Amino acid sequence: MAVKRKSDPVKFDDLGVSSTELLKYYRDMLLIRRFEERAGQMYGMGLIGGFCHLYIGQEAVVVGMQAALKGGDTVVTSYRDHGHMLACGMDPKGVMAELTGRRSGYSHGKGGSMHMFSREKNFFGGHGIVGAQVPIGTGLAFAHHYRANGSIGLTYLGDGAINQGQVYESFNMAALWKLPIVYVIENNRYGMGTSIDRASARTDLFHRGTAYGIPGEQVDGMNVLAVYESGLAATEHARSGQGPIILEMMTYRYRGHSMSDPAKYRTRDEVNRMRTEHDPIEHLRHRLLEDGASETQLKGIESQVRDRVAEAAQFAQDSTEPDPAELWTDVLAEV
Amino acid sequence: MATEVLMPALSPTMTEGKIARWLKNEGEPVRAGDVLAEIETDKATMEVEAIDEGVLARIVIPEGTDHVAVNTPIALIAGNGEEIPRAEKLAGTAKVRPEAPVETRTARPSPGPRARPAVPAEAEYTGKTTTMTVREALRDAMAEEMRRDGSVFLIGEEVAEYQGAYKVSQGLLQEFGARRVIDTPITEHGFAGLGVGAAFAGLRPVVEFMTFNFAMQAMDQIINSAAKTRYMSGGQMGCPIVFRGPNGIAARVAAQHSQCYASWYAHVPGLKVVTPYTGADHKGLLKAAIRDPNPVIFLEHELLYGESFAVPDDPELIVPIGKARIAKVGEHVTITAFSRMVKLAMQAAAELEKTGISAEVLDLRTLRPFDIETVVASVKKTNRIVSVEEGWPFAGIGAEIAAIVMEQCFDWLDAPLKRVAGQDVPLPYAANLERLAVPQVDDIVTAAREAAYR
Repeated sequence: MAVKRKSDPVKFDDLGVSSTELLKYYRDMLLIRRFEERAGQMYGMGLIGGFCHLYIGQEAVVVGMQAALKGGDTVVTSYRDHGHMLACGMDPKGVMAELTGRRSGYSHGKGGSMHMFSREKNFFGGHGIVGAQVPIGTGLAFAHHYRANGSIGLTYLGDGAINQGQVYESFNMAALWKLPIVYVIENNRYGMGTSIDRASARTDLFHRGTAYGIPGEQVDGMNVLAVYESGLAATEHARSGQGPIILEMMTYRYRGHSMSDPAKYRTRDEVNRMRTEHDPIEHLRHRLLEDGASETQLKGIESQVRDRVAEAAQFAQDSTEPDPAELWTDVLAEV
Repeated sequence: MATEVLMPALSPTMTEGKIARWLKNEGEPVRAGDVLAEIETDKATMEVEAIDEGVLARIVIPEGTDHVAVNTPIALIAGNGEEIPRAEKLAGTAKVRPEAPVETRTARPSPGPRARPAVPAEAEYTGKTTTMTVREALRDAMAEEMRRDGSVFLIGEEVAEYQGAYKVSQGLLQEFGARRVIDTPITEHGFAGLGVGAAFAGLRPVVEFMTFNFAMQAMDQIINSAAKTRYMSGGQMGCPIVFRGPNGIAARVAAQHSQCYASWYAHVPGLKVVTPYTGADHKGLLKAAIRDPNPVIFLEHELLYGESFAVPDDPELIVPIGKARIAKVGEHVTITAFSRMVKLAMQAAAELEKTGISAEVLDLRTLRPFDIETVVASVKKTNRIVSVEEGWPFAGIGAEIAAIVMEQCFDWLDAPLKRVAGQDVPLPYAANLERLAVPQVDDIVTAAREAAYR
């Protein structure tokens, strides 16, 4: 697989995606959307503090990639991580309770929005330093390679992280040692308030592994099936011992970088155009209706999702704060 | 039931804001995700989105209104087909809005035994020993642990084919192969982070830095990733990793290659920091570090690699992390030291003995967790203390020991603590200047005499 920019439309039938799976993608994307809207609302109410980076608009990336993974594969990402956790199958209640800083949160209230993990779901965080998850993800892939267990590592990074030096240190080692890893660049076009063309000498990021011989592909990250198709091919590439591969997901975040984003760096028209013309959830909804799903069926899913999010929000508010004694736990493991 | 839309906070510090404009009119249907209004503060503009489907039943706060307090109801959304409540009913609904928890003063709990675990000293070894260099003791420790546990591997620059830049990993490639003894590119930040990821996955990496000077390139991965993740994950993400290599001065390599990082790492919760001196401690503590489920910074010293000691043969002999060693028993003054400075402290003690001053020398061995008990017990006996370190004095290990002594045994002190440390300058190249910049035996002798008022 060489470096390429994909322009052919995805032929859905060739992917062997059943209507049941399509409905699952719809449900999973909708769960992320509604969860994030609720998190935004709860932030506004002062129930969530600190930094909170919402994933709204980018849902197709994690849902499509997750569908391409197998049991045992590991996932790591940066701090815009709520969507990744939900896609990995982590419980929305535990995620929301971590956002509210309560004891039933995934990190017992000690990590917050940017630092959550689930060994059970093979989700390795949730890292707050831009780019730091890339060597870590490369190390997870190294462990798969060391153990020869047939699993792969999936490492997400943004168009902001792509200019960090440690990313290229990782690319070099991954290619040198043919580590089983897929690097997914989520290009949402803005690193905080700096647009990609103001930050990157070349804005087509799938080329960034060229110097190391790492193949790359640009993918429509607003189309869950396009993501799934590329994800399948890329994970197969990594799993088959051919080394790392890069997928550049062209995506968009509707909300600000974090909750306190003045939004002066892009126009409302641009945001509205992406929402109305390229929304990944609306796109799949139309597709499902064309394929014969009924409005009632979709409304049923929407209602289930709403209930799950409401339940998570309630749980996150009802759960108590951590026991003060938790201040001192988990610094070091007992020998 | 109709739901309120509340004035949102844009940041944890915002208390009020302005409704810049409404994007929906009363009576207009809304879908989840629709933007209802724009809110402004002096810092930012934010959109308020609908969470549920329904009809914008009432705009409570008109656009252009400034100083609207956070959590004030600003609009009402009615469900589809639901009767729109009358305006006067709104006042009552405001009370049911969820509240953020009120901050209350909670008494800070004591760290309890966790912060100062009682580490028993190792049993006295009476078995067979072999005289070997520190370099060989380190190699044997790694080889024994790699034989014992298949998840242990060594990674770093020149550790395999070159046999180690300081020949510490001699023979390991031949015994364990390239899968477990891994030469890296010159890429400290990258391979330190890779090691952290492998440790998260349950492997036990031993990451060699050619010297700790180069570990500054990797500082973010060591502190932010290795040390903090276990805490931030509520205990899920242990990081069993050893970062090891020479620390401190070498000979005539100047400022960028000569620095003691002991106090840097000792500052950080979530790390253990080990600074051995004897051959037995190099071996026993490195074995303990490799078996430890936490990230361990293992600070070696280039000028000790060639020194020979009697080292126990028993492969199960482990030296516990967190316990100082009384290198010499004495009565009149306590001298604390670690790593190569223990050698100088012992030489100073011998000099002092000639003038009738009996010094007790403590080889600290571990800096985090710090063996407060042994230091305090010694000071309570001698009533005087000198701290010796190769690094800079300001905010150094000696400064910390001074604070500990003030807090724990001030009333036992007969003299102020004296510090012997590297001079507060980047290390110079010229032989005479270099000698002036680092602690010498005479400096320790002088400090001990001053502390003893003799």
